[in-house]
Amino acid sequence: MSLLAHDVPLTWYLLLSAVLFSLGVVGFLIKRNLITVFMSIELMLNAVNLSFVAFAYQWHEVKGQIFVFFVMMVAAAEAAVGLAIIIAVFRVRATLAVDRIDLMKL
Amino acid sequence: MNGYLFHLWYIPALPFAGFLINGLLGGRLPKWLVTTIALLAPLGSFLAVLGNSFGFFGDMPMPSPLPIVETCPHPWLAIASLHVDFSFVLDQLSLVMLLVVTGVGFLIHVYSVGYMRDDPGYARYFSYLNLFLFFMTTLVLAGNVLLMFVGWEGVGLASYLLIGFWFQKQSAAAAGKKAFIVNRIGDFGFLIGIFLLLANFGTLTFSEISTKLAANPVWTGGVLTVICLCLLMGAAGKSAQLPLYVWLPDAMEGPTPVSALIHAATMVTAGVYLIARTHFLFDRAPIALATVAIVGAATAIFAATIALAQNDIKRVLAYSTISQLGYMFLACGVAAYSAAIFHLVTHAFFKALLFLAAGSVIHAMGGEQDMRKMGGLRKKLPVTFWTMTVAVFTIAGFPPLAAFFSKDAILYAAFAQGTQGKILWFVGILTAMLTALYMFRLWYMTFFGESRTADAHPHESPWSMRAPLIILALLSVCGGWIGIVRFSAFLAPSVGLHPAVSGTPHLELILTIVAVLVALEGWLIADKYYRRKTERPAQLAAAMPAGYKFLANKYYVDEIYNVILVKPLFAASQYVLGWVIDTGILGGAAWLLAGTANLSGMILQRWQSGNLRSYAAWLTAAAAVLLLFVFYGSIGTYLGAHGIGLQLNLHWMGH
Repeated sequence: MSLLAHDVPLTWYLLLSAVLFSLGVVGFLIKRNLITVFMSIELMLNAVNLSFVAFAYQWHEVKGQIFVFFVMMVAAAEAAVGLAIIIAVFRVRATLAVDRIDLMKL
Repeated sequence: MNGYLFHLWYIPALPFAGFLINGLLGGRLPKWLVTTIALLAPLGSFLAVLGNSFGFFGDMPMPSPLPIVETCPHPWLAIASLHVDFSFVLDQLSLVMLLVVTGVGFLIHVYSVGYMRDDPGYARYFSYLNLFLFFMTTLVLAGNVLLMFVGWEGVGLASYLLIGFWFQKQSAAAAGKKAFIVNRIGDFGFLIGIFLLLANFGTLTFSEISTKLAANPVWTGGVLTVICLCLLMGAAGKSAQLPLYVWLPDAMEGPTPVSALIHAATMVTAGVYLIARTHFLFDRAPIALATVAIVGAATAIFAATIALAQNDIKRVLAYSTISQLGYMFLACGVAAYSAAIFHLVTHAFFKALLFLAAGSVIHAMGGEQDMRKMGGLRKKLPVTFWTMTVAVFTIAGFPPLAAFFSKDAILYAAFAQGTQGKILWFVGILTAMLTALYMFRLWYMTFFGESRTADAHPHESPWSMRAPLIILALLSVCGGWIGIVRFSAFLAPSVGLHPAVSGTPHLELILTIVAVLVALEGWLIADKYYRRKTERPAQLAAAMPAGYKFLANKYYVDEIYNVILVKPLFAASQYVLGWVIDTGILGGAAWLLAGTANLSGMILQRWQSGNLRSYAAWLTAAAAVLLLFVFYGSIGTYLGAHGIGLQLNLHWMGH
């Protein structure tokens, strides 16, 4: 019906979402810098958002879009708190290398 | 619930109230108030019993109002077909018993006021004593076996508390424990008997069991014998019969009024009461009945011989009690229940008197109980001496004192019982001789000759102690005058009539003369050996050292029990239960569990690396595995025929 629907099939959106999510996971696992790790998490969240929106459009279901707003809100809150923690950690340890931040170990 | 002035439940309730008040507040109340409460409780009970008994005695000969039954409207237990009520029954048997329990109980309470005057545990003592009366009246009034068992256990508890009243004394605490444990063995039998009754009759109410038996006249022996033997085991424990008598002599560690009330007059007769109460069972179990008779006769003579060689005044009386209880069992065993109850009543009078008089002597001697250190007290303690004299002549069986009638009734009922009965009679008459001998021995050693303690200044007891002595002495004299024939007729609705009690007077007269002559013989022997010449008993003992030592050490029964029962039990507790089961199995299991948890903790600890990226990797891996499960789980049903791509395309084209 809509222009988009005829131009781009849903599968493509899902593929893009999967690629972005995988990039996020890989970055989360292999990066040493805390900020990069943090950005990877944001990337994963946004990949999920993309699939939500695509499905919502496909099924003409507004719930999916509402969910995306929730995810964005949580992500914003997380960004605020997470960045505050990162700054606090940096002030104390003078480093952002993930492997060095292991004081919780017994 | 009955038409009389007093409800039956007043009778146990009053002492219970006394127990609560004195037990909870007694330490803070002034002494006169403690005394008043403690005395009012049994007096009130006694008056309530009297009030109810007018229904019986109102118009003799009785068209007796049938047993008064009081049942609590709420059932105690109502499980399927089992229905047990809180029910009290007052019939001729429980009336007689209650008059003794509350009447003698009240007198002993009065006596205790003088005896325990300076004891720091005064209020505690009276609260225990009231508690005892509560349980004892419950036991007597109970309309079913289970409620009786509650009273039965309760008097055991009160007995334990009072034996160990002076618990600072090691021997008193040990004696309390011994009494409790030995009674527990008997109670085990009683409990099995209750279960068997329930299994075979489906009810625990005395009257219903009796009715069911009456409806089935051919039912004898078999399981009834087993039930009766179980009940006998319980009765033997409580009434200190062979082989469970060992706790009673040790129970003399308690205060003397307690010995008089619990361990002579009332509680120890509960076994006799139990047999009389369940006589309809015993009547159908001849083997059990014969066992009762044999146990009674054996106990009577066994305890009497031990009493000959004891030097502690209270221990002599304790063995005498066991011996007299043996008489009562003997009477039950020949189905002469009314004779047994008759002797129970007179025994309550004269044995309470003996104990109270002995207590007066001990009080006067400043706590000395060894008869070898007494002597010459006749002049110093006139009231005690004369009342004790009455008691001694009574228990020896001289006419016209109470025990003459009751003992005679028992011996005559035994004699009329065929060959076995003749043997029982012979044992009984021998015991009567021994009884006279050891009682006069006690009498002479205590009151005659010269004082054997230089620094003692004996003094007569206060009036609160003398008055009960005098009243009990009067009862000991007159208590038997009602006569066994009238007494049996009165009890007949409860326990049935024994044919021998209305037997040929000619034979009875001969037997009576024999009994009196035998008692006289016992007195003469005691007179010869113990009156003045104190060296004679020593010569006698020296003449047959083995026999004397055997008696003085009570046939070594305590030592034998110690070797064959107590020591093996201790060893089993220490080695099998202690080492193998406790340390080995239970301790080992705990150690194994703790070790496993510790070890797995040490292994799992490695996971907790503290490395953020390792956590992240595990998280991802777990999510991937989870996803895989979900995917392959649904793939079978979902993909099945179409395949996922096709499915999506179908929807695609639908729009």
